[in-house]
Amino acid sequence: MDIYVLLKRTFDTEEKINVSSGKIEDDGAEFIINPYDEYAVEEAINQRDVHGGEVTVVTVGEEESEKQLRTALAMGADKAVLINTEEDLDEGDQYTTSRILEAYFKDKEADLILAGNVAIDEASGQVGPRLAELLGISFITTITSLKIEDNNAFIEKDIEGDVEVVESSLPLLVTCQQGLNEPRYPSLPGIMKAKKKPLEELEIDDLDLDEDDIEAKTKTVEIFLPPEKEAGRVLEGDIGDQVEELVSLLKNNAKVL
Amino acid sequence: MNFELTKEQSMIKKMVKDFADEVIQPRAIEIDETATFPADIFDKMGELGLLGIPFPEELGGSGGDTLSYALAVEEIGRVCGSTGLSYAAAVSLGASPIYYFGTEEQKELFLKPLASGKSLGSFGLTEPNAGSDAGGTKTTAIIDGDDFVINGEKCFITNASFAKTLIVTAVTGRNEKGRNIISAIIVPTDTKGVSISSEYKKMGVRGSDTAEIVLTDVRVPRANLLGDPNKGFNQFLYTLDGGRISIAALGVGIAQGALNKALSYAKERKQFGKTISSFQAIQFKLADMAMEIELARNMVHKAAWLKDKDKPFSKEAAYAKLYATETAFRAANQAIQIHGGYGYMREYEVERYLRDAKLLEIGEGTSEVQRLVIARQLGC
Repeated sequence: MDIYVLLKRTFDTEEKINVSSGKIEDDGAEFIINPYDEYAVEEAINQRDVHGGEVTVVTVGEEESEKQLRTALAMGADKAVLINTEEDLDEGDQYTTSRILEAYFKDKEADLILAGNVAIDEASGQVGPRLAELLGISFITTITSLKIEDNNAFIEKDIEGDVEVVESSLPLLVTCQQGLNEPRYPSLPGIMKAKKKPLEELEIDDLDLDEDDIEAKTKTVEIFLPPEKEAGRVLEGDIGDQVEELVSLLKNNAKVL
Repeated sequence: MNFELTKEQSMIKKMVKDFADEVIQPRAIEIDETATFPADIFDKMGELGLLGIPFPEELGGSGGDTLSYALAVEEIGRVCGSTGLSYAAAVSLGASPIYYFGTEEQKELFLKPLASGKSLGSFGLTEPNAGSDAGGTKTTAIIDGDDFVINGEKCFITNASFAKTLIVTAVTGRNEKGRNIISAIIVPTDTKGVSISSEYKKMGVRGSDTAEIVLTDVRVPRANLLGDPNKGFNQFLYTLDGGRISIAALGVGIAQGALNKALSYAKERKQFGKTISSFQAIQFKLADMAMEIELARNMVHKAAWLKDKDKPFSKEAAYAKLYATETAFRAANQAIQIHGGYGYMREYEVERYLRDAKLLEIGEGTSEVQRLVIARQLGC
């Protein structure tokens, strides 16, 4: 089975993030594999181990993204592809990324493409579904279980606190939700072997794409951090009075009632 | 000059950091309080290849370098000194001597299970009257046919209760000057006459196993002699030099853990209407801690780098061990001070860092012995 994983390098939202003049500062930010994409890598490896075949991890990014690709290789993926847009593109959006991936997948015969549910940086969740549309294959989002028999995928999918059971034929694109699996740590031998695994680097020229074809359809107007959380307030006095005060605060201050 | 880690080194650091935060950290208080060796954590570390970092793949290792190993020790030490110490001892003392000095057969038979994390090894040098003064060794190994017959007593031996193999030092004869010849011999722990008990009640690194070994007419084949019988002493010195890098890395880890706790506490704790991190008295402490940690880390990395380049590293390993372990003690002490009364309570963990750090100034050569080593290198 030919399995592909779409992977994104993101900053670690658990670490401190600095924003200056409308941009997230790269210096000092920690970069990781988007955590939802880790579920995708883990699932791809598990499916390959059951059904055979190869796992190829693909990212659209920059030189530095090699580190995250190598980590996926260390976890057990077989090949990696870095589509480096650093020199050709200033800005891109979901349209840009999905068109680049479309060009990459055009001549591939993928049985299964796995992506994260969303990336934790911009959280649009669009690239996977858009790519499936462009390739004309089915897609199922936020999956929490995947079984493949013959040419069919049996899937459980997260829907607002409940589970939907879906069946689809391959080829198929899925996006992975928390609960699908427990991503492994890359082992030491895995890390050392990753060095020798193939990592292909492409630029948009190699995909016969022109900058104009993939120009972003959206524009980022502003980036800002959420307001700092203020200290909570403890109400005091008679319970009855406290309730009255709380209701009045919710009504007049927070304006949620 | 290049201070940047390789991709593999930074991946190893990241993996061990995640493993330490997710698997070891939640257990650190319990490991200390119950003084229980976390055998299950070592199984997992073995599966991840951590116990074989500096050994080649064909010997069951991971094919990494000393620097990667030091990074791993630091990350583990940052969350748990007990696990960090047992890890450092298993690799540097239990397995490394077989890698440095063993025959092909010995590596196949004894090193492979250690490097692949299937079992632990221990190094029995210290005796009630001998440690850094290896010349005081009383344990004897007498040749009887094809065997050595070993008798003696070892104390303060890390991991011995959980080990499958021991490397013990013993007097095997006298040289022409009448001095004792000390050799190293590999002894499987299931050999008849080996008795191991861990009754010590320790101040710190309480979850790291420390045992006493009594050897009574222990018979092992002469083929278990490790390395050159006449250069036993130099072999220990080389082994200890390597071990010092890992203890230094452990010191950096403990110091960093103490700083992290102190910094986040200082930024939250409010007194006189301000966070205490806005007071210079606290800021200066934090600044000193951060600076010393970075200096210690650089020294550890340099010593590891020298070893990886097959250059002499004895002096640098002593610098690193001395400075990093004393840094760990100072940083942990200041972390408690910054926490005030809370720091004295177990729940806040910084008092554990201090108790754990103290051992590092003693084990694998006290701070005083490090100064002797350095002075000797200076030609004194």
